[in-house]
Amino acid sequence: MKSDAVIELRNVSKAYERHTVLRNINLQVRAGEFLTLLGPSGCGKTTILRLLAGFEQADSGEILIAGRDMRALPPEQRHINTVFQSYALFPHLTVFENVAFGPRLQGVRGADLQERVLEALRMVKLEDYSARRPGQLSGGQQQRVAIARAVVNRPLVLLLDEPLSALDYKLRKAMQIELKQLQRRLGITFIFVTHDQEEALSMSDRVAVMNAGRIEQLGTPRQIYETPENLFVARFVGEINTLFGRVVAVDPPYYDICVHERIVRLKSKFIFASGDRVNILIRPEDLRIWREHEGSDEERATLFPAAVEDVVYKGSTVDLIIRLDNGDRLSTTQFFNEDDQAIVNLDFQPGERVFVDWVHDWEVILPHED
Amino acid sequence: MKTREPFKWVAVGTIWTWLALFALLPNAMVLVASVLERGQDQFFAFAFTLASYRRLLDPLYLSVLLDSLYLAALTTVLCLLIGYPFAYLLAQAPARRRALLLLLVIIPFWTSSLVRTYAMVILLKTNGLINQMLLGLGWISEPLELLYTTPAVIAGMCYALLPFMILPLYAALEKLDRRLIEAAHDLGAGRVTIFRRVIIPLTLPGIIAGAMLTFLPALGMFYVADLLGGAKTMLVGNLIRDQFLAARDWPFGSAASAMLTGLMALLMWAYYQSSRRANRGALP
Repeated sequence: MKSDAVIELRNVSKAYERHTVLRNINLQVRAGEFLTLLGPSGCGKTTILRLLAGFEQADSGEILIAGRDMRALPPEQRHINTVFQSYALFPHLTVFENVAFGPRLQGVRGADLQERVLEALRMVKLEDYSARRPGQLSGGQQQRVAIARAVVNRPLVLLLDEPLSALDYKLRKAMQIELKQLQRRLGITFIFVTHDQEEALSMSDRVAVMNAGRIEQLGTPRQIYETPENLFVARFVGEINTLFGRVVAVDPPYYDICVHERIVRLKSKFIFASGDRVNILIRPEDLRIWREHEGSDEERATLFPAAVEDVVYKGSTVDLIIRLDNGDRLSTTQFFNEDDQAIVNLDFQPGERVFVDWVHDWEVILPHED
Repeated sequence: MKTREPFKWVAVGTIWTWLALFALLPNAMVLVASVLERGQDQFFAFAFTLASYRRLLDPLYLSVLLDSLYLAALTTVLCLLIGYPFAYLLAQAPARRRALLLLLVIIPFWTSSLVRTYAMVILLKTNGLINQMLLGLGWISEPLELLYTTPAVIAGMCYALLPFMILPLYAALEKLDRRLIEAAHDLGAGRVTIFRRVIIPLTLPGIIAGAMLTFLPALGMFYVADLLGGAKTMLVGNLIRDQFLAARDWPFGSAASAMLTGLMALLMWAYYQSSRRANRGALP
C-alpha cells in the first residue's frame, strides 16, 4: 500500500438486486491528484462516487479514506464533499446561506462564517451574488455555487459527478480550465466523473477508464490515449481505426504482421506467437494519406490502396473517411500544414484514389478479442 | 381564433353565472341581512343597524368564537402531526403501495361525512364498540365516557379533515428533491437538521395549504360538535345554525356568518402575503 493514498478501494463489489454494478474494484487515489473516472453510462463510475460519499454501501470489500475504514460512517461524518450533477442547491436559501450550510454545521459563526463564505464565493467569482437565490442564477453560476458550497468545507476529497454536463460547450470549456486551476490552488484531491473523454484527458492527472463495473485501465491521460491496454479503452478514448492482422514471424519485441496481404514489421510490448490474430490500432491523426501522384513506386509497394469516401471540413483539420480496397473503413484527420506544399490544400474529392499508411511505432498492437 | 370565441364566452359565462348565483349573491344577502333589524313577522325588517355585530362582542359569544378557534387550531395541529409522517411515508413508498395508500386516504370521501360522524357515535357511545372491546379484554371494569366530550369532538374533526391535510402535504413532499437531502447529508447535516432546515422549509407551502384546508372548515363543522359533543360544545358553526333554524334570528346569524367569512378572508390574505414574500426571491 502506498503511503500517499488518500483513498483506497480494496476488492469493492456492489450489486443492485441481481445487477452487478461494480466488480472487484481496486483503486488508490493519491493525495492532491485530479483523478477522473471515465466510462459510458452505467459503467459504475457514479456508484464509486456514491460509495465514497457514503450514500451507498459496498456489498464487499473495503473503502479506506485517509487510512480509515469508512464502511460504517454516514455521509455527514465523512470528510468528503460532493458537487452534484444537478447541483442540488437549496432553492429556499440564498447563495450565501447555501455556501454557509456546511460551515454552520461545523459550528462556524459570526465574522468567521462571513469571511469563509465570502472567500469561497470570491474563489468562484460570485461574491456579488451572495444575496440571490439559486433560481435567479444561470447554469454556470449555479455550478460555481455548488463548487463553492463544497470546497468551503475544506474537504479531504472533492467528488464531482459530471458537474459540467448541463453546461453548453463554450462554458464547459471555460469551467474545465477553472476547475483545474482551482484544484491546483486548493491542493484538494478531486475525483471527477465524466463520460466525456476529451474532458477527462484535458483535466486529469490520472484517468481510470471504466466499463461494465470494472476499471479497464488506470493511467495518465497520455498513457490512456497513446497506449491503451485493450480494445475497449482504445475505442472509448478518442477515435481509433482497427486493422486486423496475423503474426507471421516472431523476433521479440519485433513482429512481422500480415495486414491485408502486406507484411509490416512492428514493435509490441505484448508477447505473440506466430499465427496469433492481432488488432493494429491507429489514431486518425497518425494515418498518412498519399495522393496518386505522390511517392515513388517503391514506396507505393508498402502503401494500402484506398478511395476517399467522404470529406469533412472541420476548420483546423479535414477529416477523410477512407475505404481500403479490401473494404475496411478508416477515418483520418489531416492537418493543414503550411510547410508542406503538397498537402497545403486538402481539396480531396469523394471517390478520389489515394494510398494510406501510418507513422510506424505510433500504432498499438493488441491481441484479438472476440 | 374567431371560431372559438362563442365557446370561450359560453365557458366563462357559465362559470361567472354560477359563481354570481351561488357564491356572490348568497354572500351579499348574508352581508345585507347582517345589518338589518330583526323583524316581527318576517325574518328581518328593512332598517339599518349594527346591533347584531354589537351582540357578537358579548362575552358569551366571544367565548364561543375563542372556543371554536381553539378547537380548530388544535384539530389543525393534530392533523399536521398525524398527517405529516403519513404524507412523508406516502411520498417515499414505491409506486404501487403509494397508489393503495392514496386510495385509503380518499375512500372516506365516498361516504358523506355526516354518515361517517354517525359511525363514530356508534364506536364511541357508552355501549359502543370501543367500550365493549375494552370491557371484553378486561382492561376496564366500567364503560368510559367517550361520547359527548371535547376529545370526541376533536377526534371527529381530525377524522373528517385529515385527508385535507394529507393531500397538500403529499403534493409538497412528493415534489421534494431527494438529491437535496443527499446534498445536506453530504454537507454534514444529520436527520434532525435536515428535517428542520431543508424538508420543513421546502414543504412549507404544503403545510400552510393543509393547515388552511383543515382550520377553515373546522371552524364551521357544526354537525361534528352536535353529534359527538352533545349540547356541551358550542362552536361558531352551531351558533350560526341555531340562529337560522332555532332562534330564527337571521340578522344575528348573518352577522356571525359574515364575521367568520371575514376571519377566513383575513387568514387567506395573510397566507397570500407570506407566500408572496417567500416566492419573491425566486422571481427573476
